[in-house]
Amino acid sequence: MYEFFDLTLSVFASTIRLAIPLILAAMAGMMSERSGIVNVGLEGKMLMAAFAAAATAAVTNDAWVGLAAGIMVSVLLSLLHGVACITYNGNQVVSGMAINILAAGLAPTLANAWFNRGGQTPMLSADGRHTAIHLPGIETVGDIPVIGDVYRLLISGHNMLVYIAILTPFIVAWILYATRFGLRLRAAGENPHALDTAGVSVSSIRYRAQIGCGILCGIAGAYLATAQSAAFSQNMTAGRGYLALAALIFGRWRPKPTLLACFLFAFTDAVQIRLQGTVIPGIGIIPVQMIQALPYLLTILLLAGFIGKSEAPKAIGLPFVKDR
Amino acid sequence: MRIHHKIDLPGWMEYLLIPLLNLLLAFLLTSIVVFYAGENPFDVFASLFQGALGTVDGTGYTLYYATNFIFTGLAVAIAFHGGLFNIGGEGQAYIAGVGVLLACFWLDQFSWWVVLPAAMLSAAVFGGLWAFIPGWLQAKRGSHVVITTIMFNYLAAALINYLLVDVLIAPNQQSPQSQAIASDQHLPLLRDMLGFFGVESRFSPLNISFFLALFACFVFWLLVWKSKFGYELRVIEQGEKVAKYAGIPPARLVMTVMVISGIFASMVAINVIMGEQHRLIIEYTNGAGFVGIAVALMGRNHPVGIIAAAILFGALYQGGSELAFDFPGLSRDMIVVIQGLVVLFCGAMENIFKPSLARLVIYLRRQKGV
Repeated sequence: MYEFFDLTLSVFASTIRLAIPLILAAMAGMMSERSGIVNVGLEGKMLMAAFAAAATAAVTNDAWVGLAAGIMVSVLLSLLHGVACITYNGNQVVSGMAINILAAGLAPTLANAWFNRGGQTPMLSADGRHTAIHLPGIETVGDIPVIGDVYRLLISGHNMLVYIAILTPFIVAWILYATRFGLRLRAAGENPHALDTAGVSVSSIRYRAQIGCGILCGIAGAYLATAQSAAFSQNMTAGRGYLALAALIFGRWRPKPTLLACFLFAFTDAVQIRLQGTVIPGIGIIPVQMIQALPYLLTILLLAGFIGKSEAPKAIGLPFVKDR
Repeated sequence: MRIHHKIDLPGWMEYLLIPLLNLLLAFLLTSIVVFYAGENPFDVFASLFQGALGTVDGTGYTLYYATNFIFTGLAVAIAFHGGLFNIGGEGQAYIAGVGVLLACFWLDQFSWWVVLPAAMLSAAVFGGLWAFIPGWLQAKRGSHVVITTIMFNYLAAALINYLLVDVLIAPNQQSPQSQAIASDQHLPLLRDMLGFFGVESRFSPLNISFFLALFACFVFWLLVWKSKFGYELRVIEQGEKVAKYAGIPPARLVMTVMVISGIFASMVAINVIMGEQHRLIIEYTNGAGFVGIAVALMGRNHPVGIIAAAILFGALYQGGSELAFDFPGLSRDMIVVIQGLVVLFCGAMENIFKPSLARLVIYLRRQKGV
């Protein structure tokens, strides 16, 4: 019984760790898509931010400077997406894919040229990483059975970015539903002509949404390279940007269901890592590739099963052209 | 200003000048990256050119890669004509590899010209099916084909990696690759034919699949511009409501387009497996599916443009593979940067030059007093 509790707790703990980049990226996607700009480029922005954060942290030996660099690069890519989609009325999906391909080439090229380690950045020291924080009272509470374990493994012992990421959905929900900017952002995604008639610049709102999206993707990338691991490696995002996008669609572009979808994907991922190499009674060892495919398979099943009547922002993907 | 968008540019501007300007911009930005990587951009591009077209072998490799990119470019382009973005060419081609392999193993006592049609059919079934499922999901369940095709790429990778590691792996083989196909089944190489004319080439894997690719371009042209199907495609490109109004069931068309797109992508497996590697090797597609996106966009979804763009990217991939010898700081990843920039400028930012060119055209016409 206690063994099962331990197992569950460790799966939940790794669920939280794996959910962080998904939550940040999905919320980034929400900022962009609720303003009417499709964002397939989350993957590339995260990857580039991961590289920038790891490279900067390796040189400066400061995790926070790394985070700032990650955010800056990701915001720049977001603005590039903005220029293509908002200023030049370009195809938004194509622009997003362009950013993904660009990042997949640029990050390893620069990593090779600057660090000469086969497309990786140097391993970060403790100062260059976001390390675990122990919340107060861990010594006294930590020894209590059950509650102590939960406090020690699930609530305490994460790095700062984890706590920031957990707060993000609430901040994004507050921005979207409780501020004037959020109202305008949603209007830009639902009915940009109404917004325009009200005398608000649709472009300016959408650009600001892109910047918000860039900031969150930047944190997500920095988390991958300087908190979860201690260096940048090629393709380290491994499709998380696309999974986040799927979570956003599955969550019907709303913060709470999207957050739950992120946890669902992360849980599947945590289970698949736990399943690798274990013998399942009656079946034996499931091939590792089949288990690794679980999150992707789940994505397809979820999108196929529940998205029949999804309510995407009405003006999503459409360039805004003023009526004359 | 936007009014100029409505102006029809002359064909040579629309199909030649604008892609070239976009390409120039992509090269310019890549030069900046190369500069920051600590190399001289002029030396790097000279070396790229030399590696790609400087020797007969280099040119052969360039056209060999171009063969793959024509197939994946056509795959992306036909989907674009139907208003769909198929990002799954990579996975479709990868799965088709199993189809080719099975056909070759099944007909192991026959030589290549018997096996080739069977292998093409088998590849088409495997790759077409892999594209049909996302098409069906899009048409019937509303799951967006962009995301599902990406997921199907990951699934294809997982599935084939499993097959290669646990099932198809050749005996006494450490690295995950299948048994070789019979040597009778190797497609004829162009270097053997060229040898007859006295052109010396020793390594290039360019094979008759290249002509297959050119033929596929012709089929593409027939399909899109000379068939009822193509007419329906161009209607649905205008939107599903328009299609419904014209009496075309969008769901059926979406599924058909995806299958055809998958079949085009599948032919990569013929070129690589029967033409060069003669076995199924892990991750043999090597990004060809994604190159197809850049090729289709730069080629303006037209077969002639696709051939030109595919040769350009073939040259970049061939030149890029030898880059690391001359410039230790650079790798083939640099080519992916150019690829991303081409997708950006030819696809998403195609309107950069258009307004100024349109103004120029109007100005020139006024000068002529028309």
